[in-house]
Amino acid sequence: MRLLTGNILETGDVVWWAGTDWSLHLADAVDVGADGDALLAATVAAERINDPALVDAMPTDAGPRPRTMRERVRGAGPTVRPDLNREPSHV
Amino acid sequence: MYKYDQYDQAIVDARVAEFRDQVARRLAGEITEDQFKTLRLMNGLYLQLHAYMLRVAVPYGTLSGTQLRMLGSIARRYDRGYAHFTTRQNIQYNWIKLAEAPDLLAELATVEMHAIQTSGNCIRNISSDQFAGAAADELADPRPYAELLRQWSSFHPEFSFLPRKFKIAVIASDTDRAAIQLHDIGLQLVKQDGELGFKVWVGGGMGRTPMIGHVVREFIPARQYLSYCEAILRVYNRYGRRDNIYKARIKILVHELGAAEFTAQVEAEWAHLEPLALDAPQAEYDRIVAQFAEPDYDLAADDGLNRSDPDFALWVDQNVHAHKQPGYAIATISLKPVGGIPGDASAEQMELIADLAERYAHDEIRVTHSQNLVLAHVRKADLYALWTALADAGLATPNLDLVTDIIACPGLDYCALANARSIPVAQKIAERFADLDRQHDIGEIKIKISGCINACGHHHAGHIGILGVDKKGEEAYQLSLGGSGAEDASLAKILGPGFSEAGVVDAVEKVIEAYRTVRSGPGERFLDTYRRLGDAPFKAAVYGAPA
Amino acid sequence: MTIEDQSPVAGAAPPPETAPAQVLSFRDGALYDGPVVALAEFGATSNTAAVRIDPGDDARALLPHLGRLRLVEVSFPKYRDGRGYSSAQILRAAGYTGELRAAGDVLLDQMVFMRRAGFDSFAPAAPLDRAAVDTALARFPFVYQHAADAQVPVWALRDG
Repeated sequence: MRLLTGNILETGDVVWWAGTDWSLHLADAVDVGADGDALLAATVAAERINDPALVDAMPTDAGPRPRTMRERVRGAGPTVRPDLNREPSHV
Repeated sequence: MYKYDQYDQAIVDARVAEFRDQVARRLAGEITEDQFKTLRLMNGLYLQLHAYMLRVAVPYGTLSGTQLRMLGSIARRYDRGYAHFTTRQNIQYNWIKLAEAPDLLAELATVEMHAIQTSGNCIRNISSDQFAGAAADELADPRPYAELLRQWSSFHPEFSFLPRKFKIAVIASDTDRAAIQLHDIGLQLVKQDGELGFKVWVGGGMGRTPMIGHVVREFIPARQYLSYCEAILRVYNRYGRRDNIYKARIKILVHELGAAEFTAQVEAEWAHLEPLALDAPQAEYDRIVAQFAEPDYDLAADDGLNRSDPDFALWVDQNVHAHKQPGYAIATISLKPVGGIPGDASAEQMELIADLAERYAHDEIRVTHSQNLVLAHVRKADLYALWTALADAGLATPNLDLVTDIIACPGLDYCALANARSIPVAQKIAERFADLDRQHDIGEIKIKISGCINACGHHHAGHIGILGVDKKGEEAYQLSLGGSGAEDASLAKILGPGFSEAGVVDAVEKVIEAYRTVRSGPGERFLDTYRRLGDAPFKAAVYGAPA
Repeated sequence: MTIEDQSPVAGAAPPPETAPAQVLSFRDGALYDGPVVALAEFGATSNTAAVRIDPGDDARALLPHLGRLRLVEVSFPKYRDGRGYSSAQILRAAGYTGELRAAGDVLLDQMVFMRRAGFDSFAPAAPLDRAAVDTALARFPFVYQHAADAQVPVWALRDG
């Protein structure tokens, strides 16, 4: 599955496209599929979400699990500070 | 240390107002991210994996208790209760909101601090020797010259859009505690015929193509070093490559022109600049030097030391250096507890250290390139009380320059540029070697870990250097040996094929065990054994002897 | 110092093809509006008084000709390429007193640096708001270093 992600301009928070709005929770992320490129272009143009990108993920019972460690860390938080992590962590 | 006058304060306050306006315009959509990014980088604000990261300048690594206390307070109120000290003596916060950054910078300005030019293609923080003003081997305190460079480089209109970042380091001793040969400009204060001046290196650096700097001037009089730096920067600004960000540092220009031609161009440019009265007048040198006067030493301070507490003695032997003033010592506070995060400190720890600095260290703290802190002026008579307070807060690990005193960049746990995590590798190595007797047996060894080729962990300068790479979407690690950032500067050499995280920890252990086997005696440092024997015994230990 | 804003009158909507580009001037008197030739052509001709310097050009090539130059336009194709600042400082230090114009990707937040480097007119590709320019230019009361402008470094204020 393909997820659309970025960081909120005002706060820098990691967000995931959840279908109708952005969510702080990786588990809410939807597969943007074939619409992904158009959604990404619209997000870039709107200039409210920084570094927007399409990332690959596998569906799991605990929600999407990003393919790369980088995106799993973005989804959960630093692996060395579990006290600051968001659930679920796929790291 | 340097105290702002009304001019310094007005300039920093204006910068705070300017950035507040720039943020407001960005949030209102009046400028694009592409236009804004350069502006926020020039105020040290990066977008990292989880949030914005703010890099606050700690000029030449020197802080007062008041400043450190504010840094702790900011960690608590604007961040998540901690911060990270970097290999360029700065401090970083990992969880900053853009909308709150202007208020944060306004608070920093009240204690004479800022985040000016801690990122971007401009002249960055001027770094220096963490023992400045206390070391017996320095010619004079190098920090006044670093302060003058800081002022000269701030908002320099010609050099704010360089091909790439620019880093300058200043020392005043033959022993190099600031890695000047691995900086874009390295300056060593020297004397020639009774006149103070600088020996000038240009073109050192790490990253994708590490290089050791070249001496372009054996001696430039101190009264002319600003105009000379101006000449170097102008040659770089005009001729540094702008076609490829991996070839844009001045080291590439020096390499491609050759040191002789580069030097000739700098000298020719300096001939144009020298008559323009760009240099500061003697009165300004005197004014700044006076602010770095020696602390009001207790001249009756006892030069003896009660070592009867064995844990205290361990800490003294490892973390305390001799001071030029009898009765005093230089104490290093380790931010490398075994299993901890190298270079991180909590708000509570920062506030405690601020209190201790005010009480025991003439109100001054230094940040080192190894992500530790230093109290440079401590009476020997106060060391025991200091150590007791530090130990209570987990700040008395007696491991300076030992195998568990590891430098690690934030890596893939935090950094958007990283390929692999570096902190867990540091933690696992430290845990493997936690036994203090084993650490003492190994002796001085500097392990440096970078999570990507940008080399913020200075792995090229590690006795053992570890580089995190991306191997088909998996974290992998390359092992290098034999680097040094000291006056005997050398670049570490890759040992062989890379490893997984578990594999590189095992490989480090094999390298160190091999060292113990082949060293000429326990007094020979790892680095010296490597230089004597080359990588053959280490290759054999890690990869097996060749068939 | 007067700022002549030569952008179209507010409220008017000129047809795009003929809209004059905005030129902000910090010079007294009229701006030079004759032809501007590229540096490569400038050497070959003897009667042009205006030349364009691109980022890769050597500003010192103009030094023998400063007497006849009325306008030097320094192009900034991309704001991040800072070579034009060196060109400006070199020309001013050599005694050039004519119009020194920054043209192209000239943004509000570079104005302070550009004025200090010696530019006294601006032809930004995207028009700038004059009030915002005034605010930006007035923001920093002191400067730390000598540059092409007349501002005195702080050390001169400190030591009298």
